[in-house]
Amino acid sequence: MTAALTRADVAPVASAKRRRRAPGWLAVVPLLVFTAIAFGLPAFAILDGAFTAKDQVTGATSYTGGNLTTSLQGPYLTALIGSVKLSAISAALGALLGLPLAQAVVSSRSRALREAVLTASGVLANFGGVPLAFAFVATLGNAGVLTVHLGLTDKGWDLYSFWGLVLVYLYFLIPLMVLTITPALDGLRVQWREAALNNGATGVQYWRHVALPVLAPSLLGGLVLLFGSAFAAYATAAAMVGSAVPLVTLQIADALSGNVLVGQENVALALSLDMVLVAGLVMAVYLPLQRRSARWLDA
Amino acid sequence: MARRLTPWRWAVLGLAALYFLVPLAASVVFTVDVPGHGVSFDAYTQILSADGFTSSLLLSLELAVATIAVVLLLMVPAVVALRLGAPRLRPVVEVVCSLPLVVPPIAFVAGIVTVLKWGPEHLSRTPLFETFVVIQNENFPVVLVLAYVVMALPFVYRALDAGLRAIDVRTLVEAARSCGASWPQALVRAVLPNLRGALLNATFLTLALVLGEFTVSHLLGYQPFAVWIYNVGGSQAQMSVAVSVLSLLVTWALLLALAGAGGRTRTASSRG
Repeated sequence: MTAALTRADVAPVASAKRRRRAPGWLAVVPLLVFTAIAFGLPAFAILDGAFTAKDQVTGATSYTGGNLTTSLQGPYLTALIGSVKLSAISAALGALLGLPLAQAVVSSRSRALREAVLTASGVLANFGGVPLAFAFVATLGNAGVLTVHLGLTDKGWDLYSFWGLVLVYLYFLIPLMVLTITPALDGLRVQWREAALNNGATGVQYWRHVALPVLAPSLLGGLVLLFGSAFAAYATAAAMVGSAVPLVTLQIADALSGNVLVGQENVALALSLDMVLVAGLVMAVYLPLQRRSARWLDA
Repeated sequence: MARRLTPWRWAVLGLAALYFLVPLAASVVFTVDVPGHGVSFDAYTQILSADGFTSSLLLSLELAVATIAVVLLLMVPAVVALRLGAPRLRPVVEVVCSLPLVVPPIAFVAGIVTVLKWGPEHLSRTPLFETFVVIQNENFPVVLVLAYVVMALPFVYRALDAGLRAIDVRTLVEAARSCGASWPQALVRAVLPNLRGALLNATFLTLALVLGEFTVSHLLGYQPFAVWIYNVGGSQAQMSVAVSVLSLLVTWALLLALAGAGGRTRTASSRG
């Protein structure tokens, strides 16, 4: 880099100026065209299909709100509520447990510990999916190592249940929280704490009146991010519980593969639209919060 | 103050270690402890000869390479151009790259399935139909690459944006240009070497995403690595857990390699 700079004064500057600069937006066009096709078409298909009804006999299509109504009734509504409940509870627990862990890591002066925990969090936050489900089945499933050795089945333990799923989801939600909240905890100045303590505040008072208000946007943002992540998760639940716990992702998969009833594809698309709306709401809450916390902590 | 917190900190770290390590340790025990036979490593030795292991892993790796190539070719020129010539497009690209976060993978695949049905239903007499057939080729499903590129956009954008924030692109490019470099030369020889850390980061995130991806490929009926683990799990529980443990270790090794390479990059760029 410095080598390039020192050579700059000998080079012919005029020739660079004479050539017209290629318009910058040209380099952005391929990206926009690609997303318009690879993302825009499926997105349009969801929207279009969610409002389309197809007559099974004649094959004629017409626009209707019926699919959306169906997707908010009966078993579909149960699944939607089940998903929201599972995501809300596991996100709340994940945020609650992730915060002290992140604080323990940040406040320790050991650089090795910090690097190890953050690297591990990066892996574990992405370790969702099938391998995670199987690791837990091997540990706490019906024939799992801990289940057998500790006789947990007799004590009423069942991994393939709502709380079993919460336990598994926490395995990638807590690391996600640690990753999200660590920059905010790093931004808490030592001086703030010293100022509070010098004015006679206790540690609890410092957290209650100084640290938590500053952290609040980041905490809420993390909570919302965790909710979105749990809400969209499909692989873990599919590999673990099949359809023992009603979840909207499992319902969509069933309807798509025609497991339940033929001709439910449009209801699957309506359910997808429901999910997009919830996820959109999540992002609409998350982005302003993130900006707000950035304003406080980067200054 | 810090001394008083120490026991509390150790309790938190200890509990966390317990929660995160026990499932891994128990999975290893589960795979080597055959009831009635004692310790056996058969579950691991059988993996290589298992039906479909090599082909599904190869398919996943091929998809990963293709996805990484496409996403970097699309994103790198775009984000560099945003810094140089088209700052007004920045919000547009930011929104476009965040949109995939709003559509969960399961909803996205529902949309893809619907689009793929348009082929036989509406386009069977047009040349476009051939395209639909080609992108769904069993041996190399291009449609998965398209989907994965879209799903990788938010991560890649964030990684590249963070990398670009740390360097002064305009000065770099102007310096290269006034030395007589063409635009591609300036990009490849001046900007990219300074972005090595961000590029590696984006590459790793995409690789991890593709290798672990299950939802889209499963519902479209293809069998890359994650789907294979899932299918094996039905009949050979021990082997599926063994593969799961191994895939975690591989991911871990990749991340550590990346951290090592990233560290070297920092020292290399400070020297140059």
